[in-house]
Amino acid sequence: MDRSIKVRTEGLYALSSWTEMLYLILPRALLIVGLLTLPLLLDMYWQRVLCAAGIYALLALGFDLLAEYVGLVCLGGAFFIGSGGYISGLLNAHLGWSALFCIPIATLGGAIFSTLVLIPALRLRGIYFAIISFMFPMFARYIIIALSIFGGTEGISALGTLPNVWTEIYLILVVVIIALFAIRRLVNEDIGLILRGIKDNDQAVKASGINITSYKIKAVFIASLLGSFGGAYLSHLYGWLGISLFAMDFSILPIAASVMGGMGTLAGPVLGAFALTPLSEALRGFGQLRVVIYCFILIGFIVYKPEGLLNYFQRKYHQFELWETV
Amino acid sequence: MEQGPLLKVENLSKAFGGVQAVLNVSFALKKGDILGIIGPNGSGKTTLANLTTGFVKPDRGTVRFKARDITGAPPHKIANLGLTRTFQVMRPYHSLSAYKNLIVPLNSPRVRQTRGGKLGDTDAVAIDILEEIGFERDARVPYKIAGSLPLGYLKRLELGRCFALNPEVIICDEIFSGLSMSEITSMIPLLERIQMDGVTLVMIEHRLRELFRLADRVIVMNFGQKIAEGIPLEVMEDPEVKKAYLGRERA
Repeated sequence: MDRSIKVRTEGLYALSSWTEMLYLILPRALLIVGLLTLPLLLDMYWQRVLCAAGIYALLALGFDLLAEYVGLVCLGGAFFIGSGGYISGLLNAHLGWSALFCIPIATLGGAIFSTLVLIPALRLRGIYFAIISFMFPMFARYIIIALSIFGGTEGISALGTLPNVWTEIYLILVVVIIALFAIRRLVNEDIGLILRGIKDNDQAVKASGINITSYKIKAVFIASLLGSFGGAYLSHLYGWLGISLFAMDFSILPIAASVMGGMGTLAGPVLGAFALTPLSEALRGFGQLRVVIYCFILIGFIVYKPEGLLNYFQRKYHQFELWETV
Repeated sequence: MEQGPLLKVENLSKAFGGVQAVLNVSFALKKGDILGIIGPNGSGKTTLANLTTGFVKPDRGTVRFKARDITGAPPHKIANLGLTRTFQVMRPYHSLSAYKNLIVPLNSPRVRQTRGGKLGDTDAVAIDILEEIGFERDARVPYKIAGSLPLGYLKRLELGRCFALNPEVIICDEIFSGLSMSEITSMIPLLERIQMDGVTLVMIEHRLRELFRLADRVIVMNFGQKIAEGIPLEVMEDPEVKKAYLGRERA
């Protein structure tokens, strides 16, 4: 075949045979089916843990998107959770709107709010952006404590919850799956390519006539949509809101999950979150020491398996494709 | 009919701390020109490009492009008006394949405007531009990851990134540096063709012989100041220029 034609049709080769197609679909189907059947096998307690894992998965997805595709290391996961959670909870407590109505509004509202707050920091890059974004959750926390607003340190309890336990579980799982595949698609669309360009060389993007700040804002908005949804969902999952929505866990665990799962793979961080959250739940007895354990996991992976689990398994899986029995 | 200058730079100055990088530099550019800017290392050539394209804000002076004051405007706005530049240090979007690198300028407001808001298949447009810019010899190259390309292709890619914007002026910052003679000899016709397409070129160069084959006019800079301007060979006879390049005694 003419070489240039071959190159141009490279993306299509798999469609030529059923085994090739199956080979591509299998890992994706395994993920979707696995996530959707998991709740059926678990008891009440671990179903709750799974819901929490879904929230962390959304945060990890957002973290991976910003860090690997835009070059913004965002440690403000807790801020996204807090904004979404407080908006949804307050709407529910003061206006009496139902949880299913509050969550979408809070997702959007929380995302707009946290994006607006982060805009001044978007000129910064690398570690500087990380420090500033890490500051915001603490900032919000102390404002709430100092002014005794929104229930102060006590928080607000007895919020409306979701109709039943199955809605709770499948709402978050379906959102995680949709978000994962949507973002995987997004990073290969034109907007995604521009974001990756900003990460690689922002000067050249500017010289190409593109306003990098507006693209960074869009990326932060997408990441904070995920986080705010997680927060809004969380406040209705427990029927309670309080300053622990701004807890450091929400900023730190997604990083550990991303490193463990494989930075830049998008699916890796999601799987990392589903592995780390149950682990952290099992270690609940250690209290705040858990952060130390995340750090050890983080260090362990950085030293011994810096590519992350998903990249490793992906490589093995592709080797398996070329397997021939002799 | 006498045309007004496309780009007019007047009394541009910039100091970084105590270092006067550029001092009172003025020049004008007519449509279709190829202007060379030469000078020893550290004479302020790249800073001049940075000042003109908005990457660095000048302390004093004005930049007018198509009779419009663009002094201190952000780089992406200037690029959208049709004044763009290449970078001396080649840094492509190394995680993207070569033709995906061009998707970035193809999404700029300028290209959307000139193409009537409709791009259709951006990938196809990008590959067409790469072929125009000299990637046709090996059909595999446009699909390679940009980080793995050799320097010659990176320079072309950098030029292609500018060319994709459909610009009126391209400022080329040392586009020949690091290239072999044969790569340069294939680059020169490419630049000539770009100029024939109606693009005005400003070339910051150290490779004088190659530059003089292209440039209609050159500016010589030394210690941030313009010390001479004129037709290439006449300029090189200028005693000031000889002094700058060869030192006082030899001149």
